[in-house]
Amino acid sequence: MSTPNETRVEPASSGHVFEGGFADPVMDSQAVFRRVMNALAEPGTIADLAGFVSPPTPLSQATAAILLTLADYDTPVWFAKPENNDDAIGWMSFHTGAPRTADVFRASFAVLEKMSPVEAWSSFLIGTSDYPDRSTTLLLPVESLVGGEPLKLTGPGIETQTVIAPVGLPEGFVAVMAENRAAYPLGLDVLLVCGGEAIGLPRTTRIEEA
Amino acid sequence: MTLPEYNFAYLDEQTKRMIRRAILKGIAIPGYQVPFASREMPMPYGWGTGGVQVTAAILGPDDVLKVIDQGADDTTNAVSIRAFFAKTANVATTTKTADATVIQTRHRIPEAPLSAGQVIVYQVPIPEPLRFLEPRETETRVMHGLEEYGLIHVKLYEDIAQHGHIATTYAYPVKVEDRYVMDPSPIPKFDNPKMNGSPALQLFGAGREKRIYALPPFTNVVSLDFEDHPFEVQKFKQPCALCNATGVYLDEVVTDDRGGRMYVCSDTDHCETRREEGHHGPGLPISGAQTVKEDAA
Repeated sequence: MSTPNETRVEPASSGHVFEGGFADPVMDSQAVFRRVMNALAEPGTIADLAGFVSPPTPLSQATAAILLTLADYDTPVWFAKPENNDDAIGWMSFHTGAPRTADVFRASFAVLEKMSPVEAWSSFLIGTSDYPDRSTTLLLPVESLVGGEPLKLTGPGIETQTVIAPVGLPEGFVAVMAENRAAYPLGLDVLLVCGGEAIGLPRTTRIEEA
Repeated sequence: MTLPEYNFAYLDEQTKRMIRRAILKGIAIPGYQVPFASREMPMPYGWGTGGVQVTAAILGPDDVLKVIDQGADDTTNAVSIRAFFAKTANVATTTKTADATVIQTRHRIPEAPLSAGQVIVYQVPIPEPLRFLEPRETETRVMHGLEEYGLIHVKLYEDIAQHGHIATTYAYPVKVEDRYVMDPSPIPKFDNPKMNGSPALQLFGAGREKRIYALPPFTNVVSLDFEDHPFEVQKFKQPCALCNATGVYLDEVVTDDRGGRMYVCSDTDHCETRREEGHHGPGLPISGAQTVKEDAA
Protein backbone atom coordinates (compact mmCIF):
# COMPACT_ATOMS: atom_id res chain seq x y z
CA MET A 1 0.00 0.00 0.00
CA SER A 2 2.77 2.44 0.86
CA THR A 3 4.25 4.37 -1.99
CA PRO A 4 7.65 6.01 -1.96
CA ASN A 5 5.97 9.31 -1.18
CA GLU A 6 4.07 7.93 1.76
CA THR A 7 6.01 7.74 4.95
CA ARG A 8 5.26 6.49 8.39
CA VAL A 9 7.56 8.73 10.32
CA GLU A 10 9.73 7.25 13.02
CA PRO A 11 9.07 9.65 15.84
CA ALA A 12 12.00 11.92 16.56
CA SER A 13 13.60 12.06 19.95
CA SER A 14 11.23 14.75 21.16
CA GLY A 15 9.22 13.21 23.98
CA HIS A 16 6.23 15.32 23.14
CA VAL A 17 5.54 13.10 20.15
CA PHE A 18 4.43 10.28 22.45
CA GLU A 19 2.47 12.37 24.95
CA GLY A 20 -0.78 14.24 24.66
CA GLY A 21 -3.02 11.74 22.88
CA PHE A 22 -6.52 10.79 24.00
CA ALA A 23 -6.64 9.85 27.68
CA ASP A 24 -9.46 7.43 26.87
CA PRO A 25 -9.22 6.64 23.13
CA VAL A 26 -12.61 4.90 22.90
CA MET A 27 -14.75 7.48 24.70
CA ASP A 28 -12.77 10.54 23.62
CA SER A 29 -12.86 9.65 19.93
CA GLN A 30 -16.61 9.01 20.23
CA ALA A 31 -17.16 12.38 21.89
CA VAL A 32 -15.06 14.20 19.29
CA PHE A 33 -16.74 12.35 16.43
CA ARG A 34 -20.24 13.30 17.56
CA ARG A 35 -19.21 16.96 17.77
CA VAL A 36 -17.59 16.85 14.33
CA MET A 37 -20.64 15.02 12.96
CA ASN A 38 -22.91 17.75 14.34
CA ALA A 39 -20.59 20.44 12.98
CA LEU A 40 -20.92 19.01 9.46
CA ALA A 41 -24.63 18.19 9.82
CA GLU A 42 -25.34 21.75 11.02
CA PRO A 43 -22.89 23.96 9.14
CA GLY A 44 -21.99 27.17 10.92
CA THR A 45 -22.31 25.83 14.46
CA ILE A 46 -19.11 25.93 16.47
CA ALA A 47 -17.96 22.53 17.78
CA ASP A 48 -16.02 22.52 21.05
CA LEU A 49 -13.13 20.06 20.63
CA ALA A 50 -10.93 21.52 23.39
CA GLY A 51 -9.33 19.55 26.16
CA PHE A 52 -9.11 16.15 24.51
CA VAL A 53 -5.49 16.26 23.32
CA SER A 54 -2.28 18.27 23.84
CA PRO A 55 -0.58 18.21 20.45
CA PRO A 56 2.85 19.62 19.60
CA THR A 57 2.91 22.99 17.84
CA PRO A 58 1.79 24.06 15.34
CA LEU A 59 -1.16 21.64 15.50
CA SER A 60 -4.25 23.14 17.11
CA GLN A 61 -6.23 21.10 19.59
CA ALA A 62 -9.14 20.94 17.13
CA THR A 63 -7.02 19.72 14.19
CA ALA A 64 -5.28 17.19 16.40
CA ALA A 65 -8.52 15.87 17.93
CA ILE A 66 -10.07 15.51 14.46
CA LEU A 67 -7.01 13.61 13.17
CA LEU A 68 -6.93 11.27 16.15
CA THR A 69 -10.65 10.59 15.70
CA LEU A 70 -10.76 10.03 11.94
CA ALA A 71 -7.29 9.24 10.59
CA ASP A 72 -5.68 5.81 10.48
CA TYR A 73 -3.64 3.62 8.13
CA ASP A 74 -6.36 3.93 5.46
CA THR A 75 -6.16 7.72 5.26
CA PRO A 76 -3.01 9.47 3.99
CA VAL A 77 -2.67 12.93 5.53
CA TRP A 78 -1.08 15.80 3.65
CA PHE A 79 0.65 18.67 5.43
CA ALA A 80 1.04 22.03 3.74
CA LYS A 81 4.40 22.69 5.38
CA PRO A 82 5.91 19.35 6.42
CA GLU A 83 9.23 21.08 7.13
CA ASN A 84 7.54 23.01 9.96
CA ASN A 85 5.61 20.00 11.22
CA ASP A 86 8.19 17.38 12.22
CA ASP A 87 6.77 16.97 15.70
CA ALA A 88 3.19 17.25 14.47
CA ILE A 89 3.68 14.56 11.83
CA GLY A 90 5.53 12.30 14.26
CA TRP A 91 2.78 12.81 16.84
CA MET A 92 0.04 12.03 14.32
CA SER A 93 1.88 8.94 13.05
CA PHE A 94 2.49 7.63 16.54
CA HIS A 95 -1.09 8.12 17.73
CA THR A 96 -3.02 7.18 14.56
CA GLY A 97 -0.73 5.11 12.32
CA ALA A 98 -1.79 7.34 9.45
CA PRO A 99 0.82 7.86 6.74
CA ARG A 100 1.95 11.36 5.85
CA THR A 101 1.74 11.75 2.10
CA ALA A 102 3.64 14.21 -0.05
CA ASP A 103 1.19 13.59 -2.92
CA VAL A 104 -1.64 16.07 -2.67
CA PHE A 105 -3.80 13.89 -4.90
CA ARG A 106 -3.66 10.99 -2.42
CA ALA A 107 -4.71 12.97 0.64
CA SER A 108 -7.80 11.96 2.61
CA PHE A 109 -7.14 14.85 4.97
CA ALA A 110 -5.11 17.98 4.36
CA VAL A 111 -3.67 19.97 7.24
CA LEU A 112 -3.39 23.48 5.83
CA GLU A 113 -1.59 26.55 7.05
CA LYS A 114 -3.28 29.81 7.95
CA MET A 115 -4.04 31.88 4.83
CA SER A 116 -3.51 28.81 2.67
CA PRO A 117 -3.44 30.00 -0.97
CA VAL A 118 -6.74 28.85 -2.46
CA GLU A 119 -5.31 28.59 -5.99
CA ALA A 120 -3.51 25.42 -4.84
CA TRP A 121 -6.74 23.80 -3.63
CA SER A 122 -7.62 22.66 -7.14
CA SER A 123 -5.04 19.87 -6.72
CA PHE A 124 -7.00 18.19 -3.94
CA LEU A 125 -9.31 15.27 -4.63
CA ILE A 126 -12.91 16.21 -5.30
CA GLY A 127 -14.10 12.66 -6.04
CA THR A 128 -15.48 11.27 -9.28
CA SER A 129 -19.04 11.30 -10.57
CA ASP A 130 -19.30 7.60 -9.63
CA TYR A 131 -17.65 8.08 -6.25
CA PRO A 132 -17.92 11.70 -5.10
CA ASP A 133 -16.98 10.55 -1.59
CA ARG A 134 -13.36 9.94 -2.66
CA SER A 135 -12.42 13.50 -1.82
CA THR A 136 -10.10 15.40 0.49
CA THR A 137 -11.29 16.98 3.73
CA LEU A 138 -9.46 20.25 4.40
CA LEU A 139 -8.53 21.37 7.90
CA LEU A 140 -8.06 25.12 7.56
CA PRO A 141 -6.75 27.09 10.54
CA VAL A 142 -8.02 30.64 10.99
CA GLU A 143 -7.22 33.44 13.46
CA SER A 144 -10.64 33.31 15.04
CA LEU A 145 -14.02 31.74 14.36
CA VAL A 146 -15.87 34.89 15.47
CA GLY A 147 -15.52 38.64 15.11
CA GLY A 148 -14.76 38.89 11.41
CA GLU A 149 -16.71 39.88 8.33
CA PRO A 150 -20.07 38.10 8.35
CA LEU A 151 -20.68 35.30 5.86
CA LYS A 152 -24.19 34.02 5.17
CA LEU A 153 -24.59 30.24 4.98
CA THR A 154 -27.49 28.35 3.43
CA GLY A 155 -28.01 24.73 2.45
CA PRO A 156 -28.71 21.33 4.01
CA GLY A 157 -28.37 21.35 7.79
CA ILE A 158 -29.46 24.99 8.02
CA GLU A 159 -33.14 25.74 8.58
CA THR A 160 -33.19 29.12 6.81
CA GLN A 161 -29.80 30.74 7.00
CA THR A 162 -27.01 31.21 9.49
CA VAL A 163 -24.10 33.62 9.77
CA ILE A 164 -20.47 32.94 10.61
CA ALA A 165 -17.75 35.56 10.97
CA PRO A 166 -14.32 33.96 11.01
CA VAL A 167 -11.15 36.06 11.00
CA GLY A 168 -8.17 35.18 8.82
CA LEU A 169 -9.74 33.38 5.87
CA PRO A 170 -7.48 33.15 2.83
CA GLU A 171 -7.93 35.62 0.00
CA GLY A 172 -10.51 34.35 -2.49
CA PHE A 173 -12.08 31.92 -0.02
CA VAL A 174 -15.70 32.82 -0.81
CA ALA A 175 -15.08 32.57 -4.56
CA VAL A 176 -13.33 29.21 -4.34
CA MET A 177 -16.09 27.84 -2.12
CA ALA A 178 -18.66 29.04 -4.67
CA GLU A 179 -16.78 27.07 -7.35
CA ASN A 180 -16.67 24.13 -4.97
CA ARG A 181 -20.45 24.35 -4.50
CA ALA A 182 -20.96 24.57 -8.24
CA ALA A 183 -19.10 21.27 -8.72
CA TYR A 184 -21.56 19.47 -6.42
CA PRO A 185 -21.83 16.51 -5.84
CA LEU A 186 -18.06 16.60 -6.31
CA GLY A 187 -16.10 18.84 -4.02
CA LEU A 188 -14.03 19.48 -0.93
CA ASP A 189 -15.38 19.48 2.60
CA VAL A 190 -13.78 22.08 4.83
CA LEU A 191 -13.40 22.34 8.58
CA LEU A 192 -12.36 25.77 9.85
CA VAL A 193 -10.31 25.26 12.99
CA CYS A 194 -9.08 27.65 15.64
CA GLY A 195 -7.65 26.54 18.97
CA GLY A 196 -10.04 23.96 20.33
CA GLU A 197 -13.00 24.84 18.11
CA ALA A 198 -14.16 24.00 14.60
CA ILE A 199 -16.84 24.97 12.09
CA GLY A 200 -17.94 22.49 9.43
CA LEU A 201 -18.46 23.65 5.85
CA PRO A 202 -19.48 20.63 3.78
CA ARG A 203 -19.59 20.96 0.00
CA THR A 204 -23.37 21.51 0.10
CA THR A 205 -23.10 24.81 1.97
CA ARG A 206 -23.59 28.01 -0.02
CA ILE A 207 -21.39 30.79 1.35
CA GLU A 208 -22.08 34.45 0.52
CA GLU A 209 -20.74 37.71 1.83
CA ALA A 210 -23.57 39.03 4.01
CA MET B 1 -9.97 -15.48 35.23
CA THR B 2 -12.19 -12.89 33.64
CA LEU B 3 -13.37 -13.38 30.14
CA PRO B 4 -12.28 -10.87 27.52
CA GLU B 5 -14.82 -8.12 27.06
CA TYR B 6 -16.11 -6.60 23.88
CA ASN B 7 -15.08 -3.07 23.04
CA PHE B 8 -17.59 -0.36 23.90
CA ALA B 9 -20.60 -0.80 21.57
CA TYR B 10 -19.18 -4.09 20.23
CA LEU B 11 -17.25 -2.79 17.19
CA ASP B 12 -13.48 -2.33 17.28
CA GLU B 13 -12.13 1.20 17.00
CA GLN B 14 -10.76 0.91 13.47
CA THR B 15 -14.15 -0.25 12.22
CA LYS B 16 -15.86 2.63 14.00
CA ARG B 17 -13.44 5.11 12.42
CA MET B 18 -14.13 3.69 8.96
CA ILE B 19 -17.89 3.91 9.52
CA ARG B 20 -17.58 7.39 11.02
CA ARG B 21 -15.72 8.62 7.94
CA ALA B 22 -18.46 7.14 5.73
CA ILE B 23 -21.13 8.89 7.82
CA LEU B 24 -19.38 12.26 7.42
CA LYS B 25 -19.16 11.78 3.64
CA GLY B 26 -22.82 10.82 3.61
CA ILE B 27 -23.73 14.00 5.47
CA ALA B 28 -21.67 16.06 3.01
CA ILE B 29 -23.41 14.44 -0.01
CA PRO B 30 -27.04 13.96 1.10
CA GLY B 31 -28.71 10.96 -0.54
CA TYR B 32 -25.50 9.55 -2.04
CA GLN B 33 -24.70 5.96 -1.04
CA VAL B 34 -21.23 5.80 0.48
CA PRO B 35 -19.61 2.35 0.25
CA PHE B 36 -18.26 1.04 3.55
CA ALA B 37 -16.57 -2.14 4.74
CA SER B 38 -19.58 -3.68 6.43
CA ARG B 39 -18.67 -6.20 9.12
CA GLU B 40 -20.12 -9.51 10.13
CA MET B 41 -22.34 -8.81 13.11
CA PRO B 42 -23.68 -11.28 15.66
CA MET B 43 -27.01 -11.38 13.80
CA PRO B 44 -27.94 -12.33 10.26
CA TYR B 45 -28.00 -9.91 7.38
CA GLY B 46 -31.54 -8.64 7.04
CA TRP B 47 -31.93 -8.16 10.78
CA GLY B 48 -30.54 -4.66 10.80
CA THR B 49 -26.78 -5.15 10.63
CA GLY B 50 -26.35 -1.87 8.74
CA GLY B 51 -28.36 0.09 11.26
CA VAL B 52 -26.60 -1.64 14.13
CA GLN B 53 -23.16 -0.74 12.75
CA VAL B 54 -24.14 2.91 12.27
CA THR B 55 -25.63 3.04 15.77
CA ALA B 56 -22.50 1.40 17.24
CA ALA B 57 -20.28 3.96 15.53
CA ILE B 58 -22.15 7.00 16.85
CA LEU B 59 -23.35 5.80 20.26
CA GLY B 60 -21.85 7.33 23.39
CA PRO B 61 -22.29 6.60 27.08
CA ASP B 62 -24.73 9.50 27.56
CA ASP B 63 -27.07 8.49 24.75
CA VAL B 64 -30.58 7.22 25.31
CA LEU B 65 -31.46 4.58 22.72
CA LYS B 66 -34.87 3.69 21.31
CA VAL B 67 -35.26 0.85 18.80
CA ILE B 68 -38.42 0.23 16.81
CA ASP B 69 -39.42 -2.45 14.35
CA GLN B 70 -42.37 -1.46 12.13
CA GLY B 71 -43.16 1.17 14.75
CA ALA B 72 -43.23 -1.28 17.64
CA ASP B 73 -40.85 -1.21 20.60
CA ASP B 74 -41.79 -4.71 21.69
CA THR B 75 -41.11 -6.98 18.71
CA THR B 76 -38.21 -9.42 18.47
CA ASN B 77 -35.90 -7.28 16.33
CA ALA B 78 -36.41 -4.16 18.45
CA VAL B 79 -36.05 -5.95 21.78
CA SER B 80 -32.92 -7.80 20.65
CA ILE B 81 -31.11 -4.75 19.30
CA ARG B 82 -32.04 -2.70 22.34
CA ALA B 83 -30.71 -5.46 24.61
CA PHE B 84 -27.57 -5.75 22.46
CA PHE B 85 -26.62 -2.11 23.06
CA ALA B 86 -27.75 -2.14 26.68
CA LYS B 87 -25.26 -4.98 27.14
CA THR B 88 -22.34 -3.94 24.91
CA ALA B 89 -22.50 -0.16 25.43
CA ASN B 90 -24.34 -0.01 28.74
CA VAL B 91 -26.50 2.83 27.40
CA ALA B 92 -29.86 3.87 28.76
CA THR B 93 -32.79 2.69 26.66
CA THR B 94 -36.30 4.01 26.32
CA THR B 95 -39.47 3.44 24.38
CA LYS B 96 -40.45 7.12 24.52
CA THR B 97 -39.68 8.90 21.27
CA ALA B 98 -39.20 12.27 22.96
CA ASP B 99 -36.69 10.90 25.49
CA ALA B 100 -34.41 9.22 22.94
CA THR B 101 -31.23 10.79 21.56
CA VAL B 102 -30.67 7.96 19.07
CA ILE B 103 -33.56 6.05 17.48
CA GLN B 104 -32.80 2.98 15.39
CA THR B 105 -35.72 2.05 13.21
CA ARG B 106 -36.85 -0.68 10.91
CA HIS B 107 -39.40 0.60 8.40
CA ARG B 108 -41.16 3.42 10.30
CA ILE B 109 -40.65 6.99 11.41
CA PRO B 110 -42.25 7.67 14.80
CA GLU B 111 -45.54 9.58 14.82
CA ALA B 112 -44.27 12.11 17.39
CA PRO B 113 -42.26 14.75 15.53
CA LEU B 114 -38.50 14.37 15.91
CA SER B 115 -36.56 17.28 17.36
CA ALA B 116 -33.20 18.94 16.82
CA GLY B 117 -30.34 16.97 18.31
CA GLN B 118 -31.98 13.59 17.77
CA VAL B 119 -30.45 11.07 15.37
CA ILE B 120 -32.62 8.49 13.61
CA VAL B 121 -30.83 5.44 12.15
CA TYR B 122 -32.70 3.49 9.47
CA GLN B 123 -32.11 -0.17 8.73
CA VAL B 124 -31.98 -0.54 4.95
CA PRO B 125 -32.22 -3.81 3.01
CA ILE B 126 -31.72 -2.56 -0.59
CA PRO B 127 -30.26 0.96 -0.61
CA GLU B 128 -30.24 1.33 -4.39
CA PRO B 129 -33.59 2.75 -5.62
CA LEU B 130 -32.68 1.76 -9.19
CA ARG B 131 -31.67 -1.82 -8.34
CA PHE B 132 -34.83 -3.59 -9.53
CA LEU B 133 -34.72 -1.57 -12.74
CA GLU B 134 -31.00 -2.05 -13.41
CA PRO B 135 -29.24 -4.94 -11.67
CA ARG B 136 -25.66 -3.86 -12.43
CA GLU B 137 -24.02 -1.71 -9.75
CA THR B 138 -21.59 -0.30 -12.35
CA GLU B 139 -24.58 0.98 -14.33
CA THR B 140 -26.54 2.41 -11.39
CA ARG B 141 -23.38 4.27 -10.28
CA VAL B 142 -23.18 5.89 -13.71
CA MET B 143 -26.90 6.66 -13.67
CA HIS B 144 -26.56 8.48 -10.33
CA GLY B 145 -23.44 10.22 -11.60
CA LEU B 146 -25.24 11.48 -14.69
CA GLU B 147 -28.46 12.17 -12.78
CA GLU B 148 -30.14 9.81 -15.24
CA TYR B 149 -33.41 9.02 -13.49
CA GLY B 150 -35.79 8.58 -16.40
CA LEU B 151 -36.14 4.87 -15.69
CA ILE B 152 -37.62 5.37 -12.25
CA HIS B 153 -40.22 7.75 -13.64
CA VAL B 154 -41.10 5.10 -16.24
CA LYS B 155 -41.59 2.64 -13.38
CA LEU B 156 -44.01 5.03 -11.64
CA TYR B 157 -45.72 5.69 -14.98
CA GLU B 158 -46.20 1.94 -15.51
CA ASP B 159 -47.96 1.86 -12.13
CA ILE B 160 -50.38 4.46 -13.43
CA ALA B 161 -50.84 2.62 -16.73
CA GLN B 162 -51.63 -0.67 -14.96
CA HIS B 163 -53.45 0.47 -11.82
CA GLY B 164 -54.65 3.99 -12.60
CA HIS B 165 -52.56 5.39 -9.78
CA ILE B 166 -49.02 5.12 -8.41
CA ALA B 167 -49.25 1.76 -6.65
CA THR B 168 -45.90 1.95 -4.86
CA THR B 169 -46.79 2.07 -1.17
CA TYR B 170 -43.48 1.62 0.62
CA ALA B 171 -39.82 2.35 -0.20
CA TYR B 172 -41.30 5.14 -2.30
CA PRO B 173 -38.37 6.89 -4.04
CA VAL B 174 -37.45 10.44 -3.08
CA LYS B 175 -35.20 13.09 -4.59
CA VAL B 176 -32.79 14.76 -2.19
CA GLU B 177 -31.79 18.41 -2.61
CA ASP B 178 -32.82 18.16 -6.25
CA ARG B 179 -29.89 15.85 -6.98
CA TYR B 180 -29.85 12.23 -5.79
CA VAL B 181 -32.77 9.83 -6.02
CA MET B 182 -32.74 7.90 -2.76
CA ASP B 183 -34.46 4.87 -1.30
CA PRO B 184 -36.06 6.03 1.97
CA SER B 185 -35.83 2.38 3.21
CA PRO B 186 -39.07 0.37 3.27
CA ILE B 187 -41.01 2.91 5.31
CA PRO B 188 -44.62 3.33 4.20
CA LYS B 189 -44.96 6.30 1.88
CA PHE B 190 -47.12 7.71 4.69
CA ASP B 191 -43.81 8.57 6.42
CA ASN B 192 -42.06 10.15 3.41
CA PRO B 193 -43.20 13.72 4.17
CA LYS B 194 -41.68 13.46 7.67
CA MET B 195 -38.22 13.16 6.08
CA ASN B 196 -38.47 16.54 4.39
CA GLY B 197 -36.98 19.33 6.47
CA SER B 198 -36.76 17.18 9.59
CA PRO B 199 -34.80 18.89 12.38
CA ALA B 200 -33.26 15.50 13.26
CA LEU B 201 -30.19 13.99 11.58
CA GLN B 202 -31.17 10.93 9.53
CA LEU B 203 -28.62 8.15 8.90
CA PHE B 204 -29.16 5.01 6.81
CA GLY B 205 -27.20 1.77 7.08
CA ALA B 206 -27.36 -1.20 4.70
CA GLY B 207 -25.19 -3.99 6.09
CA ARG B 208 -25.46 -6.66 3.41
CA GLU B 209 -25.21 -4.12 0.60
CA LYS B 210 -22.42 -2.23 2.41
CA ARG B 211 -23.76 1.29 1.98
CA ILE B 212 -24.29 4.25 4.30
CA TYR B 213 -26.18 7.41 3.41
CA ALA B 214 -27.52 10.39 5.26
CA LEU B 215 -29.85 13.35 5.36
CA PRO B 216 -28.64 16.30 7.44
CA PRO B 217 -31.34 18.24 9.31
CA PHE B 218 -33.49 20.57 7.19
CA THR B 219 -32.72 18.78 3.95
CA ASN B 220 -35.09 19.06 1.02
CA VAL B 221 -36.64 15.61 0.36
CA VAL B 222 -39.30 15.34 -2.36
CA SER B 223 -41.27 12.20 -3.20
CA LEU B 224 -41.23 11.59 -6.96
CA ASP B 225 -44.55 12.11 -8.74
CA PHE B 226 -46.22 13.61 -11.81
CA GLU B 227 -48.09 16.88 -12.18
CA ASP B 228 -51.33 15.04 -12.96
CA HIS B 229 -50.66 12.28 -10.41
CA PRO B 230 -49.29 14.12 -7.38
CA PHE B 231 -47.76 12.21 -4.49
CA GLU B 232 -50.33 11.16 -1.90
CA VAL B 233 -49.99 9.32 1.39
CA GLN B 234 -52.20 6.49 2.59
CA LYS B 235 -55.46 7.54 4.27
CA PHE B 236 -57.37 5.42 6.76
CA LYS B 237 -61.15 5.33 7.00
CA GLN B 238 -61.26 4.68 10.74
CA PRO B 239 -59.24 5.86 13.74
CA CYS B 240 -56.99 3.58 15.80
CA ALA B 241 -59.20 1.00 17.56
CA LEU B 242 -57.23 1.37 20.79
CA CYS B 243 -56.41 5.07 21.13
CA ASN B 244 -58.79 6.68 18.60
CA ALA B 245 -55.91 8.49 16.87
CA THR B 246 -56.45 9.80 13.37
CA GLY B 247 -53.78 10.88 10.92
CA VAL B 248 -51.46 8.08 12.01
CA TYR B 249 -50.30 4.92 10.25
CA LEU B 250 -52.42 1.90 11.20
CA ASP B 251 -51.67 -1.83 11.17
CA GLU B 252 -54.38 -4.35 10.35
CA VAL B 253 -54.72 -6.99 13.06
CA VAL B 254 -56.75 -10.13 12.38
CA THR B 255 -58.71 -10.92 15.54
CA ASP B 256 -60.49 -14.20 14.73
CA ASP B 257 -61.04 -16.73 11.95
CA ARG B 258 -64.40 -15.24 10.88
CA GLY B 259 -63.10 -12.12 9.17
CA GLY B 260 -62.83 -10.02 12.31
CA ARG B 261 -60.09 -7.42 12.24
CA MET B 262 -59.08 -4.21 13.90
CA TYR B 263 -56.83 -1.35 12.89
CA VAL B 264 -54.36 -0.11 15.49
CA CYS B 265 -51.46 2.34 15.60
CA SER B 266 -48.27 0.89 14.19
CA ASP B 267 -46.33 3.21 16.55
CA THR B 268 -46.80 1.46 19.90
CA ASP B 269 -45.29 4.30 21.92
CA HIS B 270 -47.64 6.82 20.35
CA CYS B 271 -50.63 4.55 21.03
CA GLU B 272 -49.66 3.86 24.66
CA THR B 273 -48.99 7.52 25.32
CA ARG B 274 -52.41 8.46 24.01
CA ARG B 275 -54.13 5.77 26.07
CA GLU B 276 -52.29 6.98 29.17
CA GLU B 277 -53.63 10.43 28.38
CA GLY B 278 -57.13 8.95 28.53
CA HIS B 279 -57.96 8.43 24.86
CA HIS B 280 -60.18 5.41 24.17
CA GLY B 281 -60.67 3.82 20.80
CA PRO B 282 -63.87 2.00 19.76
CA GLY B 283 -62.11 -1.38 20.03
CA LEU B 284 -60.89 -0.87 23.59
CA PRO B 285 -63.29 -2.00 26.35
CA ILE B 286 -63.38 0.38 29.33
CA SER B 287 -62.13 -2.33 31.72
CA GLY B 288 -59.37 -3.13 29.26
CA ALA B 289 -58.35 0.50 29.23
CA GLN B 290 -58.02 0.50 33.01
CA THR B 291 -55.89 -2.63 32.86
CA VAL B 292 -53.63 -0.98 30.33
CA LYS B 293 -53.27 2.06 32.55
CA GLU B 294 -52.34 -0.09 35.56
CA ASP B 295 -49.83 -2.05 33.52
CA ALA B 296 -48.18 1.09 32.35
CA ALA B 297 -48.05 2.72 35.80
